[in-house]
Amino acid sequence: MKAYAFDYVRATTLEDALALLERAGDGGKLIAGGQSLVPALNLRLLAPQLLIDIAHLAELRGISSDDTHIHLGAGTRHVELATSPLVGQTLPLLQMAIRHVAHAAIRNRGTLGGNLAHADPASELPACMIALEAVMLVLGPKGERQVPAGEFFKGLYETALEADEILVRISIPRSPAGTRCHFNELARRAGDYAMAGLAMVMQGQDSGDVQIRPVFFGIGDRPVLARHAALCLQQAENLIDGLEAAQQALALDLQPQDDLQADSDTRMQLAKVLLKRGLADLLAQGRG
Amino acid sequence: MTDPLSPLDRPNSYIGRTVPRPNLERLVEGRGTYVSDMTLPRMGHVVFVRSPYAHARILDIDTTAAKQCAGVIAVVTGAELAEQCSPWVGVLSHLKGLKSAPQHAMAIDRACWQGEAVCAVVAATRAQAEDAAEQVQVQYQELEPVTDMRTALEPHIPLIHPELGDNLAFERSLDAGEVDKAFAEADAVAEAEFVFGRHTGVTLEARAILADWNPGERRLTVYQGTQAPHMMQNIFAKHLALEEAQVRVVCKDVGGSFGIKVHVYADEMATAALSKRLKRPVKFVADRIESFVTDIHARDHVCKGRIAVKQDGTITAFAIDDLTGIGPYSMYPRTSAIEANQVVNLVGGPYQTRNYRARTRVVFQNKNVMCQYRAVGHPIACSVTEGLVDLAARAIGMDPLAIRTKNLILDDAYPTDSPSGLKFEALSHHASLAKLKQMMDYDGLRAEQKRLRQQGIYRGIGIASFIEVTNPSAAFYGVGGARISSQDGVSVRMDATGAIIVQTSLTEQGQGSEALTAQVVASALGVALDKVRVILGDTDNTPYGGGTWASRGAGIGGEAAWQAGKALRMNILKVAGTILQTVPETLDIDQGVVIDKETGRERIGLDEVARITYFRPDTLPADFQAELLVTRHYVPRQYPFAFTNGIQGSWLEVDTETGFITLLNHWCVEDCGTIINPQLVDEQIRGGVVQGLGAALFEHCRYDESGQLTNGTMADYLVPMASEMPDIEVGHVVSPTLESELGAKGAGEAGTAGAAAAVANAVNDALDPFDVTITEIPLTPSVVLKALNQRRS
Repeated sequence: MKAYAFDYVRATTLEDALALLERAGDGGKLIAGGQSLVPALNLRLLAPQLLIDIAHLAELRGISSDDTHIHLGAGTRHVELATSPLVGQTLPLLQMAIRHVAHAAIRNRGTLGGNLAHADPASELPACMIALEAVMLVLGPKGERQVPAGEFFKGLYETALEADEILVRISIPRSPAGTRCHFNELARRAGDYAMAGLAMVMQGQDSGDVQIRPVFFGIGDRPVLARHAALCLQQAENLIDGLEAAQQALALDLQPQDDLQADSDTRMQLAKVLLKRGLADLLAQGRG
Repeated sequence: MTDPLSPLDRPNSYIGRTVPRPNLERLVEGRGTYVSDMTLPRMGHVVFVRSPYAHARILDIDTTAAKQCAGVIAVVTGAELAEQCSPWVGVLSHLKGLKSAPQHAMAIDRACWQGEAVCAVVAATRAQAEDAAEQVQVQYQELEPVTDMRTALEPHIPLIHPELGDNLAFERSLDAGEVDKAFAEADAVAEAEFVFGRHTGVTLEARAILADWNPGERRLTVYQGTQAPHMMQNIFAKHLALEEAQVRVVCKDVGGSFGIKVHVYADEMATAALSKRLKRPVKFVADRIESFVTDIHARDHVCKGRIAVKQDGTITAFAIDDLTGIGPYSMYPRTSAIEANQVVNLVGGPYQTRNYRARTRVVFQNKNVMCQYRAVGHPIACSVTEGLVDLAARAIGMDPLAIRTKNLILDDAYPTDSPSGLKFEALSHHASLAKLKQMMDYDGLRAEQKRLRQQGIYRGIGIASFIEVTNPSAAFYGVGGARISSQDGVSVRMDATGAIIVQTSLTEQGQGSEALTAQVVASALGVALDKVRVILGDTDNTPYGGGTWASRGAGIGGEAAWQAGKALRMNILKVAGTILQTVPETLDIDQGVVIDKETGRERIGLDEVARITYFRPDTLPADFQAELLVTRHYVPRQYPFAFTNGIQGSWLEVDTETGFITLLNHWCVEDCGTIINPQLVDEQIRGGVVQGLGAALFEHCRYDESGQLTNGTMADYLVPMASEMPDIEVGHVVSPTLESELGAKGAGEAGTAGAAAAVANAVNDALDPFDVTITEIPLTPSVVLKALNQRRS
């Protein structure tokens, strides 16, 4: 199939992009890497009148850091995140996750901001953002606002972004020394949407004072921080002692869907396996 | 010089040598000519409005708005196009009782599957045609669809074609030997129901056709990605009311076929009819969604099987009851009964027992049409047979290799036949098995399996022996009344510089027909490979023949090329003998130079022979006429099919917590007789194995109860990808057919025939400690987990 006819304009500045977006109203759509948008256009699932290209905006590029945060421009391409030494040092979870995002050709063009704004429930990076407590910097006609990742993802392809807003930057707090992280997903083929996935960050010791953030994706309509399961683990004397209760508690955290790949029971079973294996990995990291 | 070992033993022979394919550079440099790329002046693009329902009456089609859209050339309904194109019925007389209903290029008053075309929009661009197609208003009245083949024959189920009396397209039964007695006297009987997921062959380039009716010369030229140009020439002529001489089918580069592109598709017939109606070139390229709902599907079978075995391991009977659903029409002209017929023919084929009972029933349903896809019927037959053999082995506590060694037809038993009447010239089951055992280090894997099980790691070994139909004679289609040629022709000529031009009726879709033809001709003649140019895929410019399908290219087209090359060599040597005043029989050609056969001394170059032939014939004797163009044809006569055989092995790991399967290694030993290009054969085997592994683990056209395909995109329909594929090691045993001089048998389908069976057996072997047997493919994580959970609870 061929896309419906549309107009195309390349924004020159962020301000220009915002103005174009406002003027276009409902008919406007931002394009950066285009890796999700273009297939949707070609399937005629979307029919924007105007595509506003923000791929080349310098204001959206760049990976930087200060004392407290790592800042990722929304226009940063997956491949740049995957190869950045700074990201490797400070956000190893992201680099673990990016290996699972589609295929190299897609990672070469697809952007972080596009990935997050698309809000595919099976996508890896939104889950990482919640696990890492990222904050989204959003710019609109009324100015700037900050949205915590936990409030950004609203549902299937739905985010807190208004139609006239642009996701500009993602800021992720630096992790304290000794932070451990784990990423795993169960996908039928390398690069496929996951049947179930888990991004998990842990701070503290195996026993006693521990903070653990298990975020599941590919289960339900958005990435989910499994609060009940986390609580079970944190309250246990030793993490591993809390596993069984945490697995049971997943029933309170997750509402797995039925789809072509798996029914909800199977998904719940996979989530439990992911939690068990993730925990084993985190504990092994502590010993290593 | 010593006497040659065989006629193939030529100086500098290319037979048995891996040499680069002549079309390689052109294709990898992006200089191929695919129909998808072609543009002609005044060309229109056709887009089809397709039924969104599996079964619906068409009440009205309003094309008014669509005709007003920008760029639109014509909007044509099924009823209107029937003026140009007559309907067809996909039956063959040798498949007794096979029935089907007339199928039109586009549905007229009733759509019978989701995706059937009901209206055509032709516009200046594809995008414009799609825009206008959305404006075609079709009023449908939904009818109750028949989707479940298991209930399609029950009395309360509606009839898809009431005039046929029932939903049964074809039925065949076979009873050989003493089956009841064998089961009664068996020490153990094992049975299972084998379920196969409907899937398709996903070609890199979708179906594409560009039809150009030229009213000035009253000729239709069709550029088409097809495997059988002469068959299509006949079909276009017959249904567009033309003489065959008025139709030229040109088949340029084709991006994969796998049997998908050997059939007559309604939308392609519609495209040709539209060109005739509109008197201008019309092009249709299926998009991926259209491909999933219109490219033939295959393998939708449920097959119950039983096996009888003695305690010493002797298999004493096979019995099967097979059921398959083929969509609403039997495909034209090869029919949709061949696959089921092959299942009946092939089950138990590698084994000695003479006791075999089989039934197959082929039913209509409101889903996309089903027909022949790579290794037609073989994967079903092989999975059932080999699954049963493993069950029998388990029932009596015997090793899977040992039970096969005990029961496979002995290598010195040929010629022989099967209980279903298949004639085997020479197979090598035991040599193949021995080679597989050594290649995979069977005993070492068994030890590793045992060791890992103690660590909670579940790995399995799966074995699958198979036979494969290749080199089909007229017995396949011709005897049933189809104008599908089983013979091939090859013309070879030497031009005025000594270069060689070959025209063959084979076609090339990536498997190497061009390469093997060039290698055979270069070897037969004694010239360097780069002196040979091969022309194929053009009914105006090649001899008449079958094309490339059913693993026939090397065995049939290759032999014709060999005979033509030999005949031209003799004709060249006659000219040389006349020039050199010597007896042609004392001469030969090596590296493009005529030599003395005895001494190898160079006498005259082919360029010089050509120069004298074409420009100085006055220097030759008056009573001598050079003939530097010869044509030879070949078709197998002695055996209806040249059967090949082989055996595959799979080594994999099952994650019993997630149901995920990791393929660790795969082996295939096969016997395709003479190997012309080892690399091409190995890659054919590997490609075939990959498609079989796709069937085993991934590929599945999933329909819901209302007959809607639910996974018609490349994101949802999972094809096997490199990351999940294991190393595939290929071994050969060589038993040439003695029916031809070349001795080549087919290699195109062996990989696909046995791969899924080997994987399924390996999964069950891995799960042996859990006492789980799964006889359903694809083996998705959900399927595996469900089976394990059932056993655990």
